[in-house]
Amino acid sequence: MKSKNSEPLFHIVKRKSMPMKNQMLVRLLAIAAAVIVCAIVTVITTGMNPLSVFVAVFEGAFGSARKIWITLQDTAILLIIALALTPAFNMKFWNIGGEGQVLIGGLGAAACMIELGDKIPDPLLVLLMFISSVGLGALWGAIPALFKAKWNTNETLATLMMNYIAIQIVAFFTIYWEVPKGSGKIGIINQTTNAGWLMQVGNKYMLTIIISVLVMVGTYIYLKYTKHGYEVSVVGESEMTARYAGIRSGVVIVRTMIISGALCGLVGLLLVGGIHHTITTTIAGGQGFTAVMVSWLAQFQPFAMAGAAFLIIFLSHGAAEISTSCGLNQSFGDIITGIILFFIIGCEFFIRYQLVFRSGAHVQMEITNVQTEVSDEQTEVTDTKLGVTTAQTEDSNGKEEANQ
Amino acid sequence: MIDLVAFIPRAVGQSIPLLFGCTGEIITEKSGNLNLGIPGVMYVGGICGVIGAFAYEQATRNGEMVGVLAIGIPLLCSLLGSLLMGLLYCFLTVTLRANQNVTGLAMTTFGVGFGNFFGGSLIKLSGSDVPTIALSRTSAYFSKSLPFASNLGWFGKLFLSYGFLAYIAFIVAIYAGFALKKTRMGLHLRAVGENPATADAAGISVTAYKYIATCVGCMIAGLGGLYYVMDYASGIWSNDAFGDRGWLAIALVIFCIWKPGIGIIASILFGGLYIIYLYIPAGMDHMELKELYKVIPYVVTLIVLVVTSMRNKRDAQPPASLGLPYFREER
Repeated sequence: MKSKNSEPLFHIVKRKSMPMKNQMLVRLLAIAAAVIVCAIVTVITTGMNPLSVFVAVFEGAFGSARKIWITLQDTAILLIIALALTPAFNMKFWNIGGEGQVLIGGLGAAACMIELGDKIPDPLLVLLMFISSVGLGALWGAIPALFKAKWNTNETLATLMMNYIAIQIVAFFTIYWEVPKGSGKIGIINQTTNAGWLMQVGNKYMLTIIISVLVMVGTYIYLKYTKHGYEVSVVGESEMTARYAGIRSGVVIVRTMIISGALCGLVGLLLVGGIHHTITTTIAGGQGFTAVMVSWLAQFQPFAMAGAAFLIIFLSHGAAEISTSCGLNQSFGDIITGIILFFIIGCEFFIRYQLVFRSGAHVQMEITNVQTEVSDEQTEVTDTKLGVTTAQTEDSNGKEEANQ
Repeated sequence: MIDLVAFIPRAVGQSIPLLFGCTGEIITEKSGNLNLGIPGVMYVGGICGVIGAFAYEQATRNGEMVGVLAIGIPLLCSLLGSLLMGLLYCFLTVTLRANQNVTGLAMTTFGVGFGNFFGGSLIKLSGSDVPTIALSRTSAYFSKSLPFASNLGWFGKLFLSYGFLAYIAFIVAIYAGFALKKTRMGLHLRAVGENPATADAAGISVTAYKYIATCVGCMIAGLGGLYYVMDYASGIWSNDAFGDRGWLAIALVIFCIWKPGIGIIASILFGGLYIIYLYIPAGMDHMELKELYKVIPYVVTLIVLVVTSMRNKRDAQPPASLGLPYFREER
């Protein structure tokens, strides 16, 4: 810093760590701020009064027993996709191909239902559907992973292209199987015989929800308590370290993506065999992308993901209700989701960094309160010895990183 | 055999949005920002142009349109819309150091939603009584080609039959290639993308370069959306019609190894691949094969991705700090 210029008003210092309670508080404040902005946007575009906007949002998500179940079911679907992507993200493999993996899994299930329905006993058919959708999903995840492991091909774009390849293959089969000819869609498969429809537990929504809970617990255990999970996080942290530790990162990448893809394929099975009983190119509905953000919002923690998925579904159902009642376009939900995401993405900054103001006093963001301040006091000497203060803060940061 | 004189102009028409997106993303990536929000930015660029043009057409419903305003208003609206998206991305990733992938995806969700929402609701929101958004009068200004082009036979058709935005796309790409390689500004920008700490030590403002490069990149990409609606689609906005071109543009960046000049050829090639399914005979009772042919551009992109990573040449690598936030005090 030049001596003749005064110091900038504030500079940014990395935080050591923030207590979990404060982290949650920051995120809640961000969500609250986002909701206010969303409400303002809604009021401007629709002319509704703010109170009725909130009423409409709750109406959309919880207006009737059926709506509550659908909200829960959609949350479950989004949750499974987000969980599926998480192991890959833990090793810094940006799998944005969830969309394609779900679709191709759905295609596997639909193919069995259409080609084998009524020809073989139902339990066998469901088993075959399971194998084909999970298998195809796994294959769709494994292809970009192989490229990544072997030649370090950019996985973001490779998985993205796999999405479009899946979409076109489904489009091909949609016309190939179309009923009636020339309609361009398949319609409900096996409507009279219900062959290959997944069994119902309690009501038609429960099965998906139960599976999502099982997958959530399973992912948690897999990532936290198994050797595989450990290897995944080592590869994510540093491939060099993994190599020194004798972990073959290529194998880990492919294996993890097979699991990731297989779980997405399972979602395809649930969507086709359990929920819609048909297949279209839009059956995944962009959730492969939304799930990326859900997983990240939850900081890759399986249980927090349920909350994040619920938040997103709740808001999009609410926005859908508003747009229907005002005769507006359904994409209103995407705008609302986008705004919420921007706020949450932005608030992470205040969790990881703090602003140190010129006066030398460490002015905290209101929310971080006493706890962090106490630990910082050690580095604070006096107001006059400003240079020393900053140097020490930086130094302790450096040390801390070295310790990690 | 394909009629090349008919095929090439269509391929070029398809290629322009890709070229805008690709050039914009190259400039952005050269600063070390991997902006996955480009598909959203292109939607916003397109719809903002539409909103501007719609307002102007409504205002002059009974009068004459002035050419300068008919082009200027949508153009400015489009640039402004994509500039705001660029600023948002920079604020989140550069100032607040957020994860670039997540920010980009959120921008795409938001941008595509923004485009489709206003595309679907503009008429209702503005309270006008037209059935669809058909900006044919504005579009006529945008797609006007040189008056003597049609007299020049195949030459005119191949080279002179496009609206002015198409030529801007080529000029911008060529200039961007030149600026990146030959000017001091370009050198600084590349330094920021390769190693921001070194650039910072050399007195280059990393933040300023990242902001400017990303915002300029977004504005260029937004023009791709504007071209698509106003010229290619003759001023008719239909939801999701722009499709996945934004993603293809990002893939093209790797295909042309971060060189806008190669981007021109690559985008024309991809423009051709995008419509080649129309030229492959499928027969009347096998319409499903057409759907399968549409897969070609994506498969080719995937193959190209794999092949470029296999070759792994030194001059074909992404900027070294691509995707990483820069924090001066990080060591």
